Amino acid sequence: MKIRLRAFGIAKDILKSGVVELDEDQIQTTGDVKSYLSKAYPEFDDLLTFSLAVRDEYQEDDYMLAENDEVIVIPPVSGG
Amino acid sequence: MISVKISEEKINPTNSYGEVTDPGVGGTVQFVGTVRNQTKGKKVLRLEFEAYESMAIKEMNKIAETIVAQWSATHVSIHHRVGTLEIKDIAVIISVATPHRKVAFEACQYAINTLKERVPIWKKEIFEDGEVWVAAHP
Repeated sequence: MKIRLRAFGIAKDILKSGVVELDEDQIQTTGDVKSYLSKAYPEFDDLLTFSLAVRDEYQEDDYMLAENDEVIVIPPVSGG
Repeated sequence: MISVKISEEKINPTNSYGEVTDPGVGGTVQFVGTVRNQTKGKKVLRLEFEAYESMAIKEMNKIAETIVAQWSATHVSIHHRVGTLEIKDIAVIISVATPHRKVAFEACQYAINTLKERVPIWKKEIFEDGEVWVAAHP
Protein backbone atom coordinates (compact mmCIF):
# COMPACT_ATOMS: atom_id res chain seq x y z
CA MET A 1 0.00 0.00 0.00
CA LYS A 2 1.08 3.55 -0.67
CA ILE A 3 1.51 5.72 2.45
CA ARG A 4 3.43 8.78 3.48
CA LEU A 5 5.55 8.85 6.65
CA ARG A 6 6.04 12.14 8.45
CA ALA A 7 8.73 12.11 11.12
CA PHE A 8 9.73 14.37 13.98
CA GLY A 9 12.58 14.64 16.49
CA ILE A 10 15.12 11.84 16.32
CA ALA A 11 12.87 9.88 13.91
CA LYS A 12 13.51 12.59 11.32
CA ASP A 13 17.27 12.13 11.83
CA ILE A 14 16.98 8.33 11.46
CA LEU A 15 14.92 8.61 8.25
CA LYS A 16 17.20 11.45 7.10
CA SER A 17 14.05 13.27 6.00
CA GLY A 18 10.88 14.68 7.50
CA VAL A 19 8.75 12.99 4.84
CA VAL A 20 9.18 9.54 3.27
CA GLU A 21 6.86 8.05 0.65
CA LEU A 22 6.42 4.27 0.89
CA ASP A 23 4.84 1.80 -1.50
CA GLU A 24 5.09 -1.61 0.17
CA ASP A 25 2.74 -4.54 -0.44
CA GLN A 26 3.28 -5.93 3.07
CA ILE A 27 2.05 -2.76 4.78
CA GLN A 28 -1.64 -2.91 5.80
CA THR A 29 -1.62 -1.82 9.46
CA THR A 30 0.34 0.54 11.71
CA GLY A 31 1.98 -2.60 13.17
CA ASP A 32 3.27 -3.42 9.68
CA VAL A 33 4.76 0.08 9.45
CA LYS A 34 6.56 -0.47 12.76
CA SER A 35 7.97 -3.80 11.55
CA TYR A 36 9.03 -2.19 8.28
CA LEU A 37 10.78 0.67 10.08
CA SER A 38 12.60 -1.65 12.53
CA LYS A 39 13.89 -3.74 9.64
CA ALA A 40 14.75 -0.91 7.24
CA TYR A 41 16.16 1.40 9.94
CA PRO A 42 17.54 -0.66 12.87
CA GLU A 43 18.17 2.55 14.84
CA PHE A 44 14.43 2.58 15.65
CA ASP A 45 15.00 -0.44 17.89
CA ASP A 46 17.54 1.56 19.93
CA LEU A 47 14.86 4.08 20.92
CA LEU A 48 13.09 3.90 24.28
CA THR A 49 9.81 3.51 22.35
CA PHE A 50 8.21 4.87 19.24
CA SER A 51 4.56 5.38 18.40
CA LEU A 52 2.55 6.02 15.28
CA ALA A 53 -0.31 8.42 14.79
CA VAL A 54 -2.87 8.75 12.02
CA ARG A 55 -5.32 11.65 11.74
CA ASP A 56 -3.73 13.32 14.78
CA GLU A 57 -4.46 10.36 17.11
CA TYR A 58 -2.12 7.73 18.54
CA GLN A 59 -2.97 4.35 16.98
CA GLU A 60 -2.50 0.80 18.24
CA ASP A 61 -0.64 -1.72 16.07
CA ASP A 62 -3.86 -3.20 14.61
CA TYR A 63 -5.04 0.09 13.03
CA MET A 64 -5.97 -0.58 9.38
CA LEU A 65 -4.38 1.95 7.06
CA ALA A 66 -6.01 3.32 3.93
CA GLU A 67 -4.28 4.10 0.65
CA ASN A 68 -2.37 7.42 0.83
CA ASP A 69 -2.69 7.72 4.61
CA GLU A 70 -0.21 9.96 6.33
CA VAL A 71 1.44 8.13 9.23
CA ILE A 72 3.22 10.23 11.83
CA VAL A 73 6.33 8.67 13.39
CA ILE A 74 6.51 9.75 17.03
CA PRO A 75 9.73 9.00 18.95
CA PRO A 76 9.71 9.46 22.76
CA VAL A 77 8.23 12.90 23.45
CA SER A 78 10.10 15.38 25.64
CA GLY A 79 8.05 18.56 25.87
CA GLY A 80 7.75 20.68 28.99
CA MET B 1 -12.52 28.53 29.56
CA ILE B 2 -9.71 26.64 27.91
CA SER B 3 -6.74 28.30 26.24
CA VAL B 4 -4.17 26.16 24.44
CA LYS B 5 -1.34 27.63 22.40
CA ILE B 6 1.96 26.74 20.74
CA SER B 7 4.11 29.61 19.58
CA GLU B 8 7.62 30.65 18.65
CA GLU B 9 7.19 33.91 20.52
CA LYS B 10 8.11 34.28 24.19
CA ILE B 11 5.36 33.16 26.56
CA ASN B 12 4.50 35.15 29.61
CA PRO B 13 3.21 34.09 33.09
CA THR B 14 1.26 37.33 33.52
CA ASN B 15 -0.62 36.80 30.27
CA SER B 16 -1.36 33.18 31.17
CA TYR B 17 -2.58 34.25 34.64
CA GLY B 18 -4.74 36.94 33.03
CA GLU B 19 -6.51 34.28 31.02
CA VAL B 20 -7.66 32.36 34.10
CA THR B 21 -8.60 35.16 36.53
CA ASP B 22 -12.30 35.21 37.36
CA PRO B 23 -14.48 36.38 40.27
CA GLY B 24 -15.52 32.76 40.94
CA VAL B 25 -11.94 31.52 41.31
CA GLY B 26 -10.49 30.90 44.78
CA GLY B 27 -7.09 29.53 43.82
CA THR B 28 -4.79 29.47 40.82
CA VAL B 29 -1.76 27.20 40.46
CA GLN B 30 0.74 28.03 37.76
CA PHE B 31 3.57 25.79 36.57
CA VAL B 32 6.38 27.47 34.68
CA GLY B 33 8.95 25.23 33.00
CA THR B 34 12.25 26.93 32.15
CA VAL B 35 15.46 26.02 30.35
CA ARG B 36 18.11 24.77 32.78
CA ASN B 37 21.82 25.45 32.25
CA GLN B 38 23.00 21.87 32.75
CA THR B 39 22.01 18.21 32.40
CA LYS B 40 23.77 15.68 34.64
CA GLY B 41 26.56 18.18 35.18
CA LYS B 42 27.02 18.91 31.50
CA LYS B 43 26.70 22.52 30.38
CA VAL B 44 23.69 23.15 28.14
CA LEU B 45 24.02 26.03 25.67
CA ARG B 46 20.41 26.15 24.46
CA LEU B 47 17.40 23.97 23.62
CA GLU B 48 15.56 23.48 20.38
CA PHE B 49 11.87 22.51 20.62
CA GLU B 50 9.87 21.05 17.78
CA ALA B 51 6.16 20.12 17.75
CA TYR B 52 3.79 18.20 15.55
CA GLU B 53 1.49 21.10 16.00
CA SER B 54 -2.00 19.95 15.01
CA MET B 55 -1.79 16.82 17.16
CA ALA B 56 0.00 18.61 20.02
CA ILE B 57 -2.82 21.16 20.18
CA LYS B 58 -5.36 18.33 20.16
CA GLU B 59 -3.58 16.48 22.99
CA MET B 60 -3.19 19.70 25.03
CA ASN B 61 -6.92 20.34 24.60
CA LYS B 62 -7.66 16.81 25.86
CA ILE B 63 -5.61 17.53 28.99
CA ALA B 64 -7.45 20.81 29.58
CA GLU B 65 -10.85 19.17 28.99
CA THR B 66 -10.00 16.37 31.45
CA ILE B 67 -9.07 18.97 34.07
CA VAL B 68 -12.34 20.82 33.61
CA ALA B 69 -14.32 17.56 33.79
CA GLN B 70 -12.46 15.76 36.61
CA TRP B 71 -11.33 18.61 38.87
CA SER B 72 -14.10 21.09 38.06
CA ALA B 73 -11.54 23.67 37.02
CA THR B 74 -12.99 27.01 36.04
CA HIS B 75 -10.22 27.92 33.60
CA VAL B 76 -7.14 26.18 32.19
CA SER B 77 -4.38 27.75 30.12
CA ILE B 78 -1.58 25.67 28.56
CA HIS B 79 1.03 27.43 26.45
CA HIS B 80 4.13 25.81 24.99
CA ARG B 81 6.94 27.49 23.14
CA VAL B 82 8.83 25.99 20.19
CA GLY B 83 11.98 27.00 18.31
CA THR B 84 15.31 27.93 19.86
CA LEU B 85 15.25 28.70 23.59
CA GLU B 86 18.08 30.14 25.64
CA ILE B 87 18.91 29.36 29.29
CA LYS B 88 16.17 30.68 31.66
CA ASP B 89 13.67 31.05 28.80
CA ILE B 90 10.18 29.75 29.55
CA ALA B 91 9.27 26.59 27.63
CA VAL B 92 5.84 25.92 29.10
CA ILE B 93 3.27 27.66 31.29
CA ILE B 94 0.23 25.92 32.74
CA SER B 95 -2.32 27.88 34.78
CA VAL B 96 -5.22 26.12 36.47
CA ALA B 97 -7.89 28.14 38.28
CA THR B 98 -10.45 26.45 40.53
CA PRO B 99 -12.97 27.54 43.17
CA HIS B 100 -10.83 25.94 45.93
CA ARG B 101 -7.05 25.59 46.05
CA LYS B 102 -6.48 21.86 46.67
CA VAL B 103 -7.66 20.59 43.32
CA ALA B 104 -5.75 23.31 41.49
CA PHE B 105 -2.44 21.76 42.66
CA GLU B 106 -3.55 18.26 41.68
CA ALA B 107 -4.87 19.31 38.30
CA CYS B 108 -1.78 21.34 37.44
CA GLN B 109 0.46 18.40 38.28
CA TYR B 110 -1.71 16.10 36.15
CA ALA B 111 -1.39 18.59 33.29
CA ILE B 112 2.41 18.82 33.24
CA ASN B 113 2.88 15.06 33.81
CA THR B 114 0.49 14.16 30.99
CA LEU B 115 1.97 16.78 28.68
CA LYS B 116 5.42 15.24 29.18
CA GLU B 117 4.05 11.74 28.50
CA ARG B 118 1.76 12.29 25.52
CA VAL B 119 2.02 15.63 23.75
CA PRO B 120 4.08 15.34 20.54
CA ILE B 121 6.74 17.93 21.33
CA TRP B 122 10.46 17.17 21.32
CA LYS B 123 13.48 18.97 22.70
CA LYS B 124 17.08 18.78 21.66
CA GLU B 125 19.81 19.82 24.07
CA ILE B 126 22.72 21.63 22.48
CA PHE B 127 26.04 21.15 24.30
CA GLU B 128 29.47 22.59 23.56
CA ASP B 129 30.50 19.30 21.93
CA GLY B 130 27.28 18.00 20.37
CA GLU B 131 23.52 17.70 20.64
CA VAL B 132 21.05 15.12 21.98
CA TRP B 133 17.30 14.53 21.54
CA VAL B 134 16.12 14.36 25.17
CA ALA B 135 14.71 11.01 26.43
CA ALA B 136 14.99 9.32 23.03
CA HIS B 137 17.11 6.41 24.24
CA PRO B 138 16.81 4.18 27.32
